Amino acid sequence: MSTEPVLRVENLVKHFPLTRGVLIQKKIGAVRAVDGVSFDLQPGETLGLVGESGCGKSTVAKLLMNLERVSAGRIVFKGQDITHASGSALKAVRRNIQMVFQDPYTSLNPRMTVGDIIGEPYDIHPEVAPKGDRRKKVQDLLDVVGLNPEHINRYPHQFSGGQRQRIGIARGLALNPEVIICDEPVSALDVSVQAQVINLMERLQGEFGLSYIFIAHDLSVVRHISDRVAVMYLGKIVEVGTEDQIYEHPTHPYTQALLSAVPVPDPEGRETRERIILTGDVPSPANPPSGCRFRTRCWKAQDICAKEEPLLEVRAGLGDTAHASACHFAEVMEIVHTTN
Amino acid sequence: MTIETSDPVLVQPGVPLLEVEDLHVEFHTRDGVAKAVNGVSYKVHPGETLAVLGESGSGKSVTAQAVMGILDMPPARIPRGAIKFQGRDLLKMSNEERRKLRGQRMAMIFQDSLSALNPVYSVGFQLGEMFRVHRGMSRKDAKAKAVELMDLVKIPAARTRVNDYPHQFSGGMRQRIMIAMALALEPDLIIADEPTTALDVTVQAQVMGLLAELQREFHMGLILITHDLGVVADVADNIVVMYAGRIVERAPVHAIYRQPGHPYTKGLLASIPRLDLKGQDLYAIKGLPPNLMRIPSGCAFNPRCPYARDVCTTELPAAVPLGTGRESACHFAQAVLEGEVAADVH
Repeated sequence: MSTEPVLRVENLVKHFPLTRGVLIQKKIGAVRAVDGVSFDLQPGETLGLVGESGCGKSTVAKLLMNLERVSAGRIVFKGQDITHASGSALKAVRRNIQMVFQDPYTSLNPRMTVGDIIGEPYDIHPEVAPKGDRRKKVQDLLDVVGLNPEHINRYPHQFSGGQRQRIGIARGLALNPEVIICDEPVSALDVSVQAQVINLMERLQGEFGLSYIFIAHDLSVVRHISDRVAVMYLGKIVEVGTEDQIYEHPTHPYTQALLSAVPVPDPEGRETRERIILTGDVPSPANPPSGCRFRTRCWKAQDICAKEEPLLEVRAGLGDTAHASACHFAEVMEIVHTTN
Repeated sequence: MTIETSDPVLVQPGVPLLEVEDLHVEFHTRDGVAKAVNGVSYKVHPGETLAVLGESGSGKSVTAQAVMGILDMPPARIPRGAIKFQGRDLLKMSNEERRKLRGQRMAMIFQDSLSALNPVYSVGFQLGEMFRVHRGMSRKDAKAKAVELMDLVKIPAARTRVNDYPHQFSGGMRQRIMIAMALALEPDLIIADEPTTALDVTVQAQVMGLLAELQREFHMGLILITHDLGVVADVADNIVVMYAGRIVERAPVHAIYRQPGHPYTKGLLASIPRLDLKGQDLYAIKGLPPNLMRIPSGCAFNPRCPYARDVCTTELPAAVPLGTGRESACHFAQAVLEGEVAADVH
């Protein structure tokens, strides 16, 4: 992949200050939600971002959208540094990076019609669709996402969860963006409806040449849709590689534990299935462990893990599936995690 | 570091722990009558894990709430049916009698531990309440029992944490406290309603492992309500699949994953992302789950079903037996089971 990435993130950091006092606020620490995250997104690619709640994956999404200001690091969109974009520059950037939210119930304004919701981006970017054109454009979008264009005057409550998520996707598509950030787009949907929405997203990606950042905790869904996957733990990427490298040849203990914890939808052999059960809970991001952040729950941890932070890099001796992993003791371990 | 699951418990002869017979539950609302449960029957034996699988609105939780006797009536009404617990019909008991059973003989674990626990009392007080109310213990003895229970569900430093409040625990620990509370009086039956849906996978594995271990130890019957086909495959002995308030398929766990006997089950299993289908469209069940106020005539699944013929829109399919402990409520059950693929599946 020698093409220029559509999105490049370098050493992204977001610390939320912890303060004490009401009038005179004193900073007593920081929640280190995102602590040095770097990745590239190629045109037409889907990058999956997985991790447990609190690992910072949604904060990364907000930073990319400039909904939160970064504490340090750089976000580059097609060669242009957009980290500190504001005003009209920010407006132009947001046209190209859109977001689809998790909860189709709260992310749509209940007092606006579907037509107004999907057409609202055109109020901010009138250059994309001249006034007279809008209704037609919105109806086209409804058709593209598989909804009846005649329902343009309906309100969100008249639609089911899956249909609402389609409305959210149509709104994301309205400005012909290049990147769509999907934050848990199917996790609020019923199982039988999830597949419909995933298929839709894959179809749209091909049709419009979109790049996706796909954030989810459902590892089998992420595997299905992603080209590459990054695993996050406590604000850092611990392992990144192609879908096959991560799922078939994971080298970081956290990735291995995460994969082995996913229940396999097949009862055959469950009596003998080996499973890594992590003990304890994720430490507080306000006070992360020294060295490797996973060491407090890791069965491989040794003295070096407390002293030296392992870098996210490709390590020697891992064969032809070698990929970046932030562990001093990275080695491949096969995990039985899905049906074939 | 590893847990093992035991061999599945098959349906045994003898008196079942719980027998739900032809249960109907409806909700009377301003907009009409929502028929949430339409003739559900199932049995649970001691030591058995029965998984009730279904999407939101399938009636799986309402059935469980009716068993526990925690439905708000009105708006809910039970026009028909029986719920026999150890041979006695719960629906014919007085509230007082049922209250004695709850907690002592049957207990429930809820999905959202933060709203199920009372935020203004310490967890030790809430755990101890079981013993004070049901066993008449003193505060001091009850607290000692609470510490024991927290140890049982592997809460570290139970003695010092017994006075903490629910918000001071993580989600996984709170869920373990819910399990402790359900187990407090050593009930015969536990109903777990989506017990791990709100948890991360690594914590889910911890909690399900704990639940399975304790169930084995105390030989309890467990009803596991979930929409997660993975969790079911891990722990269930037998499965009932619900759709629009009815059981559409029941089977031992191995059989149903190998060879589903109802088009809905088949569709659910087919829509799981799989390795060999990477890069292809997922199989998606078309359409939406029905509105419970306007359940389609005939088979409720017919508008979404690739096997549907005319008979499906007019006649409610009866349960067709499909071998040991198996049945499917489909006019074409045998064809579905034998893998005869209708035109637009796959």
